[in-house]
Formats: sequence, C-alpha cells, structure tokens
Amino acid sequence: MDYFVLIIAAIFVNNIVLAQYLGNCPFIGTSKDSGVAMGMGLAVVFVATLAAAITWCVQKYLLAPNDLNYLQTITFILVIASLVQFVEMFLKKAVPPLYRSLGIFLPLITTNCAVLGIAIICQREEFSLVETIIFSIASGVGFMLALVILAGIRERLDLARVPVSLKGTPLALILAGLMSLAFFAFKGMAS
Amino acid sequence: MITASVLVLFGIGLTAAIILAVASKMLYVYEDPRIAQVESVLAGANCGGCGYPGCAGAAQGVVEGKAGATVCVIGGDEVAANVATIMGLEFSSMEKQFAFVDCTGGSRAEDVYIYEGAKDCRAQHLLYNGSKLCPEGCLGFGTCVGACQFGAIEMGPNGYPVVNPELCTACGGCAQVCPRGVITIWGMSARIMHLNETTDCLAPCRQRCPGEINIPRYIEQASRGDYAGALGTIRERIPMPLSIGRICPHPCEGVCRRGHVDEPVGINMVKRFVADWEMNSGQRLPISCAPDTGRKVAVVGGGPAGLSCAYFLRRLGHSPTIFESMPKLGGQLRYGIPEYRLPKNVLDWEIEGILNLGIDVEHEKFFGKDFDLNSLTKDGFEAVFLGIGAWMNMNLRIDNEDSIGVETGTEFLTKIGLGVETGTGKKVVVIGGGNTAIDAARTSVRLGADVTLMYRRTRDEMPANKEEIVAAEEENVNFLYLASPTRIIADESRKVTHIEYIQMKLGEPDASGRRKPMPIQGSEKILEVDNIYTAIGQKPELSCLYDESGACTLEETKWRTLGAHPDTLQTAMPNVFTGGDMHTGPALVITALGEGRKAARSIHQYINEGTPHVSHKLQRDMIPYTMFTDVPDVGIRARSKIPHLTECNERVCTFKEIEGALNEEEAKHETCRCLRCGLTCYNRDGSENQECLSGDCAKNQ
Repeated sequence: MDYFVLIIAAIFVNNIVLAQYLGNCPFIGTSKDSGVAMGMGLAVVFVATLAAAITWCVQKYLLAPNDLNYLQTITFILVIASLVQFVEMFLKKAVPPLYRSLGIFLPLITTNCAVLGIAIICQREEFSLVETIIFSIASGVGFMLALVILAGIRERLDLARVPVSLKGTPLALILAGLMSLAFFAFKGMAS
Repeated sequence: MITASVLVLFGIGLTAAIILAVASKMLYVYEDPRIAQVESVLAGANCGGCGYPGCAGAAQGVVEGKAGATVCVIGGDEVAANVATIMGLEFSSMEKQFAFVDCTGGSRAEDVYIYEGAKDCRAQHLLYNGSKLCPEGCLGFGTCVGACQFGAIEMGPNGYPVVNPELCTACGGCAQVCPRGVITIWGMSARIMHLNETTDCLAPCRQRCPGEINIPRYIEQASRGDYAGALGTIRERIPMPLSIGRICPHPCEGVCRRGHVDEPVGINMVKRFVADWEMNSGQRLPISCAPDTGRKVAVVGGGPAGLSCAYFLRRLGHSPTIFESMPKLGGQLRYGIPEYRLPKNVLDWEIEGILNLGIDVEHEKFFGKDFDLNSLTKDGFEAVFLGIGAWMNMNLRIDNEDSIGVETGTEFLTKIGLGVETGTGKKVVVIGGGNTAIDAARTSVRLGADVTLMYRRTRDEMPANKEEIVAAEEENVNFLYLASPTRIIADESRKVTHIEYIQMKLGEPDASGRRKPMPIQGSEKILEVDNIYTAIGQKPELSCLYDESGACTLEETKWRTLGAHPDTLQTAMPNVFTGGDMHTGPALVITALGEGRKAARSIHQYINEGTPHVSHKLQRDMIPYTMFTDVPDVGIRARSKIPHLTECNERVCTFKEIEGALNEEEAKHETCRCLRCGLTCYNRDGSENQECLSGDCAKNQ
C-alpha cells in the first residue's frame, strides 16, 4: 500500500469530520478560538494514534483468536476510556509541560467518536500495525485541519453582524456544512 | 455466549481498573489542597484579567508564590483579604485601578475614507489601520463595550467610550480587544510612572511641557468647575502648581494650537487659578500615596528637582529623606526668584503640603562634608538622588573682579532670600541677559538703586523671558545693549568705583545659532558705579563629588554637569540618580520638576526590579504631523489679561507680588478658549475669523 495515498486519503478525501461526520461535538464545541482548536487537534492526533495502536493489539491478540468480534465496539470503548485516563495520569507525572497544553482536552476525548471511529475503521480496512499508526495520525491531522479552519472562520465572523437567531452554534453548523461540501471536491482523488 | 461475553468484558474491565488503580498510586502527583481553597474564594469570573488562565490558574499561581494575595483584579480588597488568610500572607490594600480611555477625539477626528463594513473596531483596523486620520485615536465602534463583562463601559456622546469607575473592575477585557491601544488599565502609581509616548493622545502643549502635564485634561476639568480634579491631574506630574503657576515661562503656550488662530490659551493662568483656589480655600486637598514600602531613599538637595523626586517617591510608597544645605527648602525658588514674583509665604505653604505627605528633611547638611554616598549607603538608603542645582557662577575674567561691591547675581539674590544686608548703593550695573540678570536688576530697583543692565547682544537675543524684560523696562531699568565689560576700576580700599565697557557689534551666527558679538576697537567707555552684579551663566558645583585624592566615582560631562542616562537619569553608579540643573545645566523650574519625577520613577524601578527601564516609544521631540499651523473653523476669543496686584509707581519700591490670579469668570473664559486638542483633532466651534462670545462656549452649558 502506498503510504502517501493513505495519508492524503485520510486527511482530505475521507476527512474524519467533513466526509465521515465523526467527532462533530468537539468540532463545534472547541472551534471558537484558533489557539484552543490547535490544542484540541493535537490532543486528538495524540490520543487517536495511541488508541488505534492499542485497540489493534486488543483485536489481534484478544478478540480475533477467541472469536469475540461482536464485542469489538464495547471493548474498544472500554479500552479507549481507560487508556485516556491512564495517559492523563502519566502525562501529569512524567511530562508536565505536555499535560499543561493538552490536559484540559484529554477528558473531552475520553468518549470522542472520532477516536473510536478511527480505531474501528482501521479494523474494517484490515490495516497492518504500521498502516494503522500512519492512518490514525493522518486522520487526527485531518480533524485538526478541519477544526482550525472552522475556528479561523468563526473568529472572523465574530466581528461581523450576524442575525441573532444564527449567532453561535447555528452559524457554526452552516459553516460545517459548507466546509463539508467544499471537501467533496477531493472525492475520487484517492480512496 | 452470553456468559463468555460477560466474562470477557468483566475481565477487560477488571484489568483496566487494576491498571488504573495501580497507576493512580504510582503516578500520584501531590496537589496542594490550598489551591482548591484559594480557587473557591476567587471571584470565579474566569475573566483572565490577572494574566493567568482562569481562576484555577490564578489559584495555582498564588499557592506557588508567583502571585500575591491581590491577584484577583476584580475581587477587590475582600477577596484579597480572604486569599491572604488562606495563605497566611500579609495583605495591604490594593490600589484602585480602572480602565482609562486616552483619546478625546471620537467624532471630532477626521475620516480618511468612508467605511461601511462590519461595525467592529478590529475589523476596521484590518483595513489600512482604520479610517481615522489620527493614527492612535479611538475608532468609535464600541468593540470595548461588548467586551466588558460588567457593563462598565459605554459609548459616550462624543464618539469615544466612557468608563464608569464604579462598575469597572480593571479586568482588562476592553483593553485587550481595542486594536488601537486607546484603553489602558492603570491606577495612581502607573499614571505617575508613565512617560509620554508617541502613541499617547498628546496635544502640542502636552508634548512641549517639560513636566509632561496633561494640560487639556486639567483645563477641561477646570472648565467643568472641578478644580480639585484639575489639581489632582496637575499633581500627578508636578508637586508645585502654586509656584509653577506664578513663575513658569510656559513653553506650552508657545505651541498652543489656538495661537495659530488668535492668541495661545493662558494655560499657566488656569493652573495658577486652580492652585490659588486651593490655597485660598484654606484646606489642603488630600494627596493619595501608595501603601508604605518602608524603602529609604536619600534626596540630596531641596530645590525643585529634589522636592519633586521626594514627593513622587513618597506617593509611590517609599520613605525619602531630603538633605538640604540651606536653612530652608526651595532652592532657587527661594534663594533665586525674588519675592515679587513668588512670595515666600506661598512657597512655604506649598512646601509644607509636600512635606506633610511624610517626607523627612535634614537642614544645613552639606553633601561631601557632613555626609557622602558611602555614609548614605551605610545609613540604609537604598538609592540616592543628587539634585544640588547649578549655583556656581561663571567669571567675567577681567581685572579687579574681586573688588568690594562686585558680586554674582545669585549671591546677591540669595542674600535677599536669606534677609541679609546686601549693601546695595545708588548706582548698580547688572551684567548678563538671562532671568537671573533681570531678577537682580529688578530687585536692585526695589532697593532704591538706579540700575543699568549691560548685555553684549541685543534685546532680541536675550535669553530672559519676554514678560520679564518688559516688566524691567516698565520699572525703568536702563538697558545697555551691545556692551561688554572690559575692566573694573577700584579705589585704594579696593572698593569698586567705575566699570569700563566696550561697544560690540553682531557678527556671524555661532554654534548656538545666535549672532556672535564682536568688539568695536577703541569704543571703550567708563561708567560710574557702586555695585556690579554679574549673571553671565551658572554651572553645577561638582567639587563635592570628589574625595580628598581627587577621585570621583561619577561622571562629569564636558558641560560641567553630572552625566546620566537621558531617560532614566541613572548615573555611572547604579544606585545614584540625578536630575534638575545639576544634570541639565541651568534650565527651567518645570524641567527640574519633570526630571525629579523621572528620577523617582527610575528609583522606584531600581528598588523593585533592579534596573530602570523606559519604553522605546518615548516622545522626545515634537511629533511632526501634529504641528500643523492651519487651524480652520475656530472662532476668535480674546485672551484674558493677567491682572496686576501692584501698579507701576508702587512697584519700584515694594517687593509685593505683582501679578495676580484670574477671577473665576475669567478663568472659565480662558478654559473655554482651549480647543481640547488631541494629536490631530481639536474642537471646531464658531465660524472662522468671527468673534465668539463667552456664552457661546459649548463647555459652559
């Protein structure tokens, strides 16, 4: 498999938010400020990569040999939630600077469907471990890209006069829709 | 299958729980319980005004010792006291701060293009830095109003925001969103510490004033009848409005924008009016000082520079001590400026007010004799301000200069100030063309002498104030221009009898830009004389800085003044600062007062931060784009005349004060003439070149 195509596909063509519609909650919630959006994006890249790698191992060595594939979703939720908690504790102790910049976003990610989605897609596509890691990094970057773009637009729109009924989340949803349409232009470039 | 899945999930869950439990033990990070306590007493607005990321961040900062009890800018004293209790800190009351709008332009400021985009200052600022001609002023869309969480700021009637100090919590939200930096959060200390910057709203008068007084502001306050407020504004820059209101040659009026329409606003008359209003009311207005820091600073010299430095140090919370060589404070104000210009009882009243703030004075202590820099350091003074002035006179360098009856102008004036017999005879010649020469001449007139003032250039080149020259002419002082003394003739008892002088003519301009006087050979004349007073220039007496071996730790400039950094006034020794005539050479009183404040500011920074610093945007020269001379749409209003308390015939035999203050109505008229200039804007009222009546004044209504 060509890793380059894999990366392009994950970031642009099958963008986790704008093409697969996963992780909409943090996408709307943390896109008011581009600084916050950047932090959240980095946290997603970090956690998604770890989660996909760990769940890949769980699938490969626990679920698949014991014929327990039907427990995939619930097991992954459990594993990812524990993983995030663990990572939070670990960072606090071992890498305080990283904890300070990502710390407040980690609990948000515990139940993030984008992270779970990435892990499950990796299984569905039957990626190898290396492909899984590359794909999850690229997907996280795709999430960060969408988030930062939306935050930039929303910052600009804060200066403009917006009808009261559209202020805030409604306008963000419209924007998200338009961005999604724009990303349709990548369809067919790679799969 | 159900059993299997339950077991598997249970197994995975148990494993995860065990891992997490172990991890939480192993990876436990101690968190001070006080963080939560402190956080619970903070205001909880998460406004970010303290500079920390939210209240939790601030609480952590307090517990880690990075922030003090007063970290919360919106909670006020109550929250600070609670935080102090938890942390066991000492807490001294916070200085009240609020947002200050440094722009008076608003709708008066001209637009350079028509803008119809988003009604937001930040959006407009993205487009060629906003539509206003003035590069620093308010854009007027009220973005700050929306940013305020406390409803303390709203757009005023003049197109710029107005802050309600009652509601303002100084959180800084408005200042953050303003793209022009028009709003600053500050309290008394910050205002005292501020030096003019090119981005401030500086009317020409404010740029020119060596004391950096906010002139348009105090005139505006006076026009509203808020005389106490006007004095408060003046006192944030100079401690002596009474003295300055009488003797300042008001360079500010020289650049007044109204001066291009009719005559400049009588800025100094307004200052004198409000200062006299306070003195005549019999009650001193309270002057606020920051909480005591207990840091000791020595101020050497009780002249204008020293008094100003001590006053501002005291207001910043320090404990200054003034060391004065003379029996009384005031320096040249007392011993150089004669009674008829600045009555001693006025000066006494003013100095008493300054000392009442809590400033110690040691009289008749000579620097270099009774004490020196080392002894001051030993006595626990953390910094020293040297402001001993420029009292040493230049010599004429001609024969018989040491004859009896020949004295320097400053010696003569000092004797008058001390009330000592001067032995002034019938015929007096004063040599020189500066203010000291005029003061010596006019003082001699009052002692009953026939006075001739000898100056080597013409009236146009005289450095003395024009008003002073006119007053001397009115008092029948004979002016002998283009004359230079060549020889003093004395009798056997070495008493001066005659002076020989030579006629001069003006040649090419010299380095100072004035035409150089050249002697005309063979034109010597002789004049009979009883006393000669020389006032041809002064310089600081720096010998006190040198020890017995002739060594000096400080630096002397080629102008024989004390060398120091021009903005921080720090000398070669980091804990020694200077200012006033000792640093500049003979200059105006207002310059000395301004330098005193600058030095106090630097000393404050030196004590607290280890080194003084200044902004790179300091305004030093006049800002060119503000100095336009075409001032359209301004009606003519006549300038008030200074009333004379004593008339001409009486003037020559009495030392009574000559100039009086305006009355309230005249003062109001004068404040009304002010155009409230900003950098480029000003009040356009009345039609051009038309006489306005006082009643037209918009500010009176």
